[in-house]
Amino acid sequence: MSHSAPTLPPGLPLPAAANRRRTRRADAWLPYLLSLPALLVCIGILVPFVTALWYSLQRYNLAMPFTRGFIGLEHYQEFLSDPAFWNTLRVSAVFTLATVGVELLLGLGIALLLWRRSRVNDAAAVVLLLPLMTAPALASLMWKLMTNPGFGVLAWAAAQVGAGDFRWASAPSSAMFTVVLVDVWVYTPFMVILLLAGLRSLPPQPFEAARLDGVPAHFVLLRITLPMLAPFLLTATLFRTLDSIQQFDIVYAMTQGGPGDALMVFQVQAYLEFFQYTNVGRSAALLVVLWAVTYALSRLFIRHWMRLRQGGRAHG
Amino acid sequence: MTEKAREFCEALVQGRIGRREFGRRMAALGIGTGAAGAMLNAASTQALAQGFDWGRHRGRSIKLLLNKHPYTDAMVANLDSFKQLTGMNVAYDVFPEDVYFDRVTAALSSRSAEYDAFMTGAYQTWQYGPAGWLVDLNEYIKDAGKTAPNYNWDDVLPNLRASTAWSGQPGAELGGPGSKQWAIPWGFELNSLAYNRRILERMGVGVPKSLPELAEASAKISRDGGGQLYGVGVRGSRSWATIHPGFLSGYANYGQRDFTVEGGKLRPAMATPQSKEFHRLWVKMIQDGGPRNWATYTWYQVGTDLGAGASAMIFDADILGYFMNGGDNRERGNIAYAAFKPNPAAQAPTPNAWIWSLAMSSASRQKDAAWAFMQWASGTEHGLFGARKMDFVNPVRASVWKDEEFRARIARSYPGYLEQYDASAPGSKIYFTPQPLFFNLTTEWAASLQRMVTKEVPVDEGLDRLAESVTRQLRQAGIG
Repeated sequence: MSHSAPTLPPGLPLPAAANRRRTRRADAWLPYLLSLPALLVCIGILVPFVTALWYSLQRYNLAMPFTRGFIGLEHYQEFLSDPAFWNTLRVSAVFTLATVGVELLLGLGIALLLWRRSRVNDAAAVVLLLPLMTAPALASLMWKLMTNPGFGVLAWAAAQVGAGDFRWASAPSSAMFTVVLVDVWVYTPFMVILLLAGLRSLPPQPFEAARLDGVPAHFVLLRITLPMLAPFLLTATLFRTLDSIQQFDIVYAMTQGGPGDALMVFQVQAYLEFFQYTNVGRSAALLVVLWAVTYALSRLFIRHWMRLRQGGRAHG
Repeated sequence: MTEKAREFCEALVQGRIGRREFGRRMAALGIGTGAAGAMLNAASTQALAQGFDWGRHRGRSIKLLLNKHPYTDAMVANLDSFKQLTGMNVAYDVFPEDVYFDRVTAALSSRSAEYDAFMTGAYQTWQYGPAGWLVDLNEYIKDAGKTAPNYNWDDVLPNLRASTAWSGQPGAELGGPGSKQWAIPWGFELNSLAYNRRILERMGVGVPKSLPELAEASAKISRDGGGQLYGVGVRGSRSWATIHPGFLSGYANYGQRDFTVEGGKLRPAMATPQSKEFHRLWVKMIQDGGPRNWATYTWYQVGTDLGAGASAMIFDADILGYFMNGGDNRERGNIAYAAFKPNPAAQAPTPNAWIWSLAMSSASRQKDAAWAFMQWASGTEHGLFGARKMDFVNPVRASVWKDEEFRARIARSYPGYLEQYDASAPGSKIYFTPQPLFFNLTTEWAASLQRMVTKEVPVDEGLDRLAESVTRQLRQAGIG
């Protein structure tokens, strides 16, 4: 004997149990629906990344389509014995260390000077933002003109102090100095803003207590200000490090990576490999190495930052 | 009166009367220069249409990718006559040269059908052609159904036709057996000496006749110039574009090659004793008589320094000297030209050529319509319009070079230019060996030159290292 489910005449409302089932089903889908945008963004990020990874495992030169094929890690193995790759790594590291180091010190110094609120300091903080609003490629062209030996104001100033033969970006010995100078001019204000915001958010009590106790200024700076500012210093350093190691526009606009290979940073090399040499495989492999370096540095900084936060909580 | 005027226009287009006679007859009819020009343009368009159905693509629209250049300006100024002739619409994007080729590479490599035709240099076709991004234009040139009978392909200078055709075999001769016509020459530049007459006279320096003389004269001018003036402008940026103008023209004149080809394999020829000798001479010339920030110099700085009176001479594209003698340049009217034979023992100049050309994208969905535009833009009528009325120099057609009005205009405004051209042109072609790694290896050559000029490395060592690196890369690519 079989029982068949009772059927409702059409047009009648569903019973409460069926309604609840439908609601439960909708509830089950809700988390997936809510996370769908994030998932789509992840896919949008991952597709180019995985594509680059895949290309980096191929011999793939657009001008020689007949040679295309899977070569595994061959590009990476070639890098190990390629002096040009090690030069790129060295130049990128020197550029990053020099720019971040100088910008951090200068940025901190300027932020300390502007710490106390006054009309002059607030106005100076606004003026300091101007270089940051200049496109780096434009800034490079401006500096290229300023260092022109025929009519550049900086070349003229150098001549006045007996350095008329200084070649700026045209000589291997001074090219790095010149591009670091431009980068410092453009990005120091970024450090200033971040550190100034940090300084102005610090609680006043420790500083007031130190003043009442007559603690010397250098002691306050080293033992109170800098430790309390450490998360901000770390964040600013992280941002600038990641940006500097991926430098392109200033170096390319000023020297295209020359003279010789004196300024051949990662991004310029990868750009040339793709757009000029149409060597997609090698360009992708370079960018994957750059990604790995960037990722490792980020992990390092974030781990340190977490440790600082935990230390702060423990003290708090 | 209109009928008479039309007859005169047709007579001029068919070459039955000269321009002076035409002007006299039109004036007698009371027709001013402007109106006569417009009528003549209409007559030219009609003449062009004879025996060919230019209207078969009426209503179609094609899109071009163009470099910001006087050739583009000339084309845009005359575009209405093409639209009138064909009933087609032409859209275009124009980009400055700094970013132009990146844009081309991006458009072609993505197989986008957005652009039907585009401007290119001949060297670039060595990448684009084998990659399958270009159409072999022989299919069109040789098809009487698609090409107007009066297109006259043979009128295009033979060296330029050959220089834009290649079989795709690394090291094979340009324009040799099995070559595909990857592009149509549009306008070109060869490399010669342009100098500032005023400065040379003031400094008591004669026009150099060879590279050793040029090096000596440049050094003297730089020495006596008081820091504000230097002898000779040549390119120096870290780019293949540093090698192809004056440098390669001189290198070829000394009988040197970039590669030797044996059994289909390429070997670098930059480290031979003769090549080293030439490099030493070139490097010394820049060190003693070139710009102090030479390593950042592109064609732009080379040209503007000559126009501004900061340099006395340039060994670069002849049209760079041409443009610096006009416009609002400070030294306008002072620039003169000389065909240049760097090797004292050479018979004639051997300028390497840069050829702005038109190519068709293989991803185009309306290739026949694109070809209609390309044959018009590279045809005699537009060439004459550009040469007479605009700065469409150097023209690529022999018939345009013979045009009296064009020659008279150049002779009047650019004294010595025609003589320079006539002496240089027979030996002008591409002297590079065509191969797919052209941009890598030539850029590396420029980087090596920078190291030598900045004394980072001695010439001999620099060239040995360059040859070693080039050999390795050729082997990796399977062509060395």
